[in-house]
Amino acid sequence: MAEKIDLPDVVVWDGNFAAANALRQAQIDVVAAYPITPSTPIVEGYGKFLADGYIDGEFIMVESEHAAMSGCVGAAAAGGRVATATSSQGFALMVEVLYQASGMRLPIVLTVVNRALAAPLNVRGDHGDMYLGRDSGWLQMDAYNAEEAYDLTLCAFKIGENKSVRLPVMVHQDGFITSHTAQNVHPLSDDAAYEFIGKYETVNEMLDFSKPVTYGAQTEEDWHYEHKAKQHKAILDSRPVIDEVFAEYAKLTGRVYKRVESYFMEDADVAIVALGTTVETARIVAEKMRTEHGIKAGVVSPRVIRPFPFDNVRDALKGVKALACFDRSSPGGALGMLYNEVAGALYTADEKPVMTNYIYGLGGRDLTMDVIEDVYKELADNAKSGKRSGKIQQFLSLRGPKMEYFE
Amino acid sequence: MVNKSKSVDEFRSLEKTELQDWDEVNQGTLLFSFNSLEENPAFLKQEDRDYNPNNSYTASVADWRAVKPIYNRDLCIDCQYCWIFCPDTSIISRDKIMIGIDYEHCKGCGVCVEVCPTNPKSLLMFNEREEEEAALAQWPEKKKKGDK
Repeated sequence: MAEKIDLPDVVVWDGNFAAANALRQAQIDVVAAYPITPSTPIVEGYGKFLADGYIDGEFIMVESEHAAMSGCVGAAAAGGRVATATSSQGFALMVEVLYQASGMRLPIVLTVVNRALAAPLNVRGDHGDMYLGRDSGWLQMDAYNAEEAYDLTLCAFKIGENKSVRLPVMVHQDGFITSHTAQNVHPLSDDAAYEFIGKYETVNEMLDFSKPVTYGAQTEEDWHYEHKAKQHKAILDSRPVIDEVFAEYAKLTGRVYKRVESYFMEDADVAIVALGTTVETARIVAEKMRTEHGIKAGVVSPRVIRPFPFDNVRDALKGVKALACFDRSSPGGALGMLYNEVAGALYTADEKPVMTNYIYGLGGRDLTMDVIEDVYKELADNAKSGKRSGKIQQFLSLRGPKMEYFE
Repeated sequence: MVNKSKSVDEFRSLEKTELQDWDEVNQGTLLFSFNSLEENPAFLKQEDRDYNPNNSYTASVADWRAVKPIYNRDLCIDCQYCWIFCPDTSIISRDKIMIGIDYEHCKGCGVCVEVCPTNPKSLLMFNEREEEEAALAQWPEKKKKGDK
């Protein structure tokens, strides 16, 4: 039997240690991992908890992230509760197997510490890896600080393992800013956390020798489409389950999560839509805009990126006159993902606000409060005039002549 | 020798007629090997198991084989080496008596010939088109000490 840790009501953990403790409390059976900066301490933490007798599980050391996710797929198909962690290049190498995991409906939890993708090589946080995962068939949740990384990791098991869901779940946090910044975290006791998630219930596990089953079938044009459609339905059907799990977690902790988080949005004229640690910075600036500049500013942030909260985003932005979507990922010749998806949602709304797309923070470039303040001021001008003062896509905090595209 | 060509045809016609809709296909594209699990299939011989058409037992998966092993009952000592080593479960043995080769699943890898300990070997590789009778007629003589 694994030993328990008697945690105080409040601890000082960084995002990585918060996630590692969530894996410990969930009593993961198997972690197959190939550690990579900045997510290394998550699996390192699991390994230490295991070695010190706080987990009954297996740590499989593998030769690459492709093998790490493959090991997770095998262990999950065999019937175990499985998790691992990765970032950036490691995430990119996992991608092929991510699709295998979701297609086989294996509720693996992947804690992703967001980091930029090379080239040029970079270990700092941006959202390139998080965006790369968005068509992989996984559920994706985004934490903006260490405590949220802990909370969402616990919720991820309960959501993914729900028998009507049975899908793998990613929990994202920002590299270094969240993963390596120690903050106050209010953890559950080991017993309360495990009781919340519940014992792992197997579904068609390969180690049930009385009912042999093959995972990894080949299907061509006569079967593949139906299976992928069924998978899409499962992803969209996870929405009420996510809401239920968040509600149950709120009862336990008082911490309320929603698939789309709204801050100062009741009467907002202008809004920023963002992800990751930028959300907290934008919230502080929004408050400042209200008290110091009389601008009714708000912040909307998808907590759940997949399934994309299409209607919730539309509802959250109702009444907004001008809004900016912040994308922290190299857009690669298009508008940013948040802009495109939010614009898609708002196209179905009665009123269409003036929209802009800001690319920022690539490779960990800092986004400061004064830059966000300037954006809110521009939004306030746009709201007043009813038209865009600049171009649709602009780059923030970039050295050199202003880069902007599309009228 | 096991001939399953009939069941393969059955399976192929079944595949054409029983396509399922998206709300009927199973979760995770899993293939279950057996229809009935009243008895644990691990304790049943292959021919007594209720295989599902999804299982390759009822499919021919060897039509691209170029060379095949041919088995000589007169020389075999029923040591079961070939049965243990065959990577495709294509050596048919019952009650530890070697019966023959399942040519619907044998890929012609030659491992059975390699591990056969008799002199001369009780299994040899021949061209896929070679008749069994002709192959047996040209079986080599026992090697003497020092022969290569």
